[in-house]
Amino acid sequence: MKPAFDEMHDAQGVVRESYQSFAQWMESTPADVIARKREEADLTFHRVGITFAVYGEDEGKERLIPFDIVPRIISAAEWQRVENGLRQRVKALNAFLHDVYHDQEIIKAGRIPSRQVLDNSQYRKEMVGVNVPGNIYAHIAGVDLVRADSGNEGEISRGEYYVLEDNLRTPSGVSYMLEDRKMMMRLFPELFSRQAIAPVEHYPDLLLNNLRSVAPEGRNDPNVVLLTPGQFNSAYFEHAFLAQQMGIELVEGNDLVVRDNTVFMRTTFGLRRVDVIYRRIDDDYLDPQAFRKDSVLGVPGLFSAYRAGRVTLANAVGAGIADDKAMYIHVPEMIRFYCGEEPILPNVPTWELSKPDDLRYVLDHLAELVVKEVHGSGGYGMLVGPTSSKEELRLFRARIVAEPQKYIAQPTLALSTCPTFVDSGVAPRHIDLRPYVLSGKEVSMVPGGLTRVALKEGSLVVNSSQGGGTKDTWVLEN
Amino acid sequence: MLSSTADHLYWMARSMERAENAARMLDVTYRMSLLQHSIAEPFNEWRAMLSISGLHVDFEARYEQPTAENVMHFMTLDEDNPGSIYCSVFSARENARAVRGTITSEMWEALNQTWLEMRRIRDEAIPEDGVSRFFDWVKERSHLSRGITHGTLLRDDAFRFLRLGTFLERADNTARILDVKYHILLPSLSDVGGAADYYQWSALLRSVSAFESYRKVYRDLITPKRVAELLILRADMPRSLMACMNEVNRLIQEINGPRSGELSRRSGLLHGELRFGSIDDIFSVGLHEYLSQFLERIYELGDLINTTYFWSADE
Repeated sequence: MKPAFDEMHDAQGVVRESYQSFAQWMESTPADVIARKREEADLTFHRVGITFAVYGEDEGKERLIPFDIVPRIISAAEWQRVENGLRQRVKALNAFLHDVYHDQEIIKAGRIPSRQVLDNSQYRKEMVGVNVPGNIYAHIAGVDLVRADSGNEGEISRGEYYVLEDNLRTPSGVSYMLEDRKMMMRLFPELFSRQAIAPVEHYPDLLLNNLRSVAPEGRNDPNVVLLTPGQFNSAYFEHAFLAQQMGIELVEGNDLVVRDNTVFMRTTFGLRRVDVIYRRIDDDYLDPQAFRKDSVLGVPGLFSAYRAGRVTLANAVGAGIADDKAMYIHVPEMIRFYCGEEPILPNVPTWELSKPDDLRYVLDHLAELVVKEVHGSGGYGMLVGPTSSKEELRLFRARIVAEPQKYIAQPTLALSTCPTFVDSGVAPRHIDLRPYVLSGKEVSMVPGGLTRVALKEGSLVVNSSQGGGTKDTWVLEN
Repeated sequence: MLSSTADHLYWMARSMERAENAARMLDVTYRMSLLQHSIAEPFNEWRAMLSISGLHVDFEARYEQPTAENVMHFMTLDEDNPGSIYCSVFSARENARAVRGTITSEMWEALNQTWLEMRRIRDEAIPEDGVSRFFDWVKERSHLSRGITHGTLLRDDAFRFLRLGTFLERADNTARILDVKYHILLPSLSDVGGAADYYQWSALLRSVSAFESYRKVYRDLITPKRVAELLILRADMPRSLMACMNEVNRLIQEINGPRSGELSRRSGLLHGELRFGSIDDIFSVGLHEYLSQFLERIYELGDLINTTYFWSADE
């Protein structure tokens, strides 16, 4: 494998233009000052309680997501292209969602096999014919991008941005984006006066506006709430944080009640109507009358009120059909079909293991590839061929052969690297980028997003549940 | 305001106040137990301490003798005693965690810090010479929480439910301290006036930070009746029943709401009785009877707060 694209240095080892100001600062700042600031960051995060719970560990145990003080820097021109690509992609995804729950034009046109959509467990038949405000389904989309080279010998290393996956259900992590920026400004205010860095702090305002813009018709001063599974959820910190930043109520299922097909919240003064629910609970758990009967997190009757258009759910029920890994392959085609444009941001080449030819190829090259579960997320249940042992490969091969339709495979991309503080000093570590795209009356986003970094040397898995950390993301202003 | 939010705020404040009061009671008991000459029966103070908190049954189920060491452990770091300082701090922090979006970040950070230190103290255990320092620390953290609340939180219903929790809990605790002192520590009023007695009464006053106030108000010997008057009827004494009910009643009237009629009536009644009560009337009923009744009515108010604002059966 060729060396990964280095975000900070070009092939000759010269610092790239976007990083020059930061590199000068780093060189002129004594090591002990930086060490002290790193400690301060750690202490502050602990005190502020920016922690997350990890599944499978002691119940209720909290851990910090490591924060790295070297920012990931993106030039203005580079970002403009990424932003255009994201807007285009999310528009197409929303159009697709509306289409598959209504006229299914894309299937009739033969552009996506009907079976892959209609037989998919993420396709919610209950949503067929249901109209949602503005025809928006994915109000908040987290699109995971990686930067890598194609791997073809002799090509110039440009670090192309690829879309790795779309998250259209309840994407998380935006609170880290905001807290990382706050931390950097607190620790290193001088860095922000040296150059113009695009602000991200207004994200909660954009989010609230976006949610208000999709309220049921006729609700002029909509009551927006954030529905959380509760304080033992791994992202609870983020739920509380966003609710506070937007000045809306953070509710659990028990706080809501449905009367006459209308959703209310229980208050100290009695019942008050709810118009928009930013829900951070999966479809399955939303309403025990409509979905999983054993759900204690949801609200009985909620789905019926939703179908009747009496309340808006963000994101919409059934949005998962568009971010399914089996559907991912078709997103470029969706862009062509709904937008009549060529995709600005390419997909990572992907093999569908339900196709015999693809399956054969993948089984022959397992040690070079990344294999993922079609419905998996969070870095659980995936195989990274090059870093796996013979035994792990053997076990995974058996799982693939047993149920090939459950998996897709992609080349092991050498994700770009960014200098990162590790025990032995500063060393390159692989990173990705998750921008957050908001869709309502309009499409909006803040420049940048959340940069995740794999702290283990050579590791390509950036998920926080697998030992990943985060970095502040700077988009430079011209 | 969301019912569940109000509930969490109220219990967050109550739990922190409870931790503080436990520290106060333990501190005074600990100091008194050092005055060995005043004790007729061994462990007397410690047994009294347990009955103040109403936790003696729990204690007896798991410990043998109410020795200083046992009771101290039970009331400070015991993770299985919901009334221990450790558990109260935990409960305050968990309730705060559930309403992080409603309280200010300063409030959360202070309480979270208290919890992190509490956990460290549990892991390292309280050293023998660090007992009073530990109690001071608990009181300080409680003062800090209350102060930050006062200094940073918007004066809306969130603030009122927090204050309501604080003062209801405090009323309950002051009544308990006074009751136990009268009926367990000093079975015979003929002891009044002795030197040992002076220490006992001054320790009681100190436990509710009222020693200096007593001196200022009465400029005279410490007598049981005046102590009772100070801690029951003086509106200017911040931990007295009167002062607590002034707050509780005002807060309930301010929060108001369509379902608060009965709560408001009961609170107004209790408040009025204190407001126009006299210490002689109270003594003619009997202090213990009076305080027992008071505690019952505080408990009823808590119950009504619950059904009025937090758990409505008709929804």
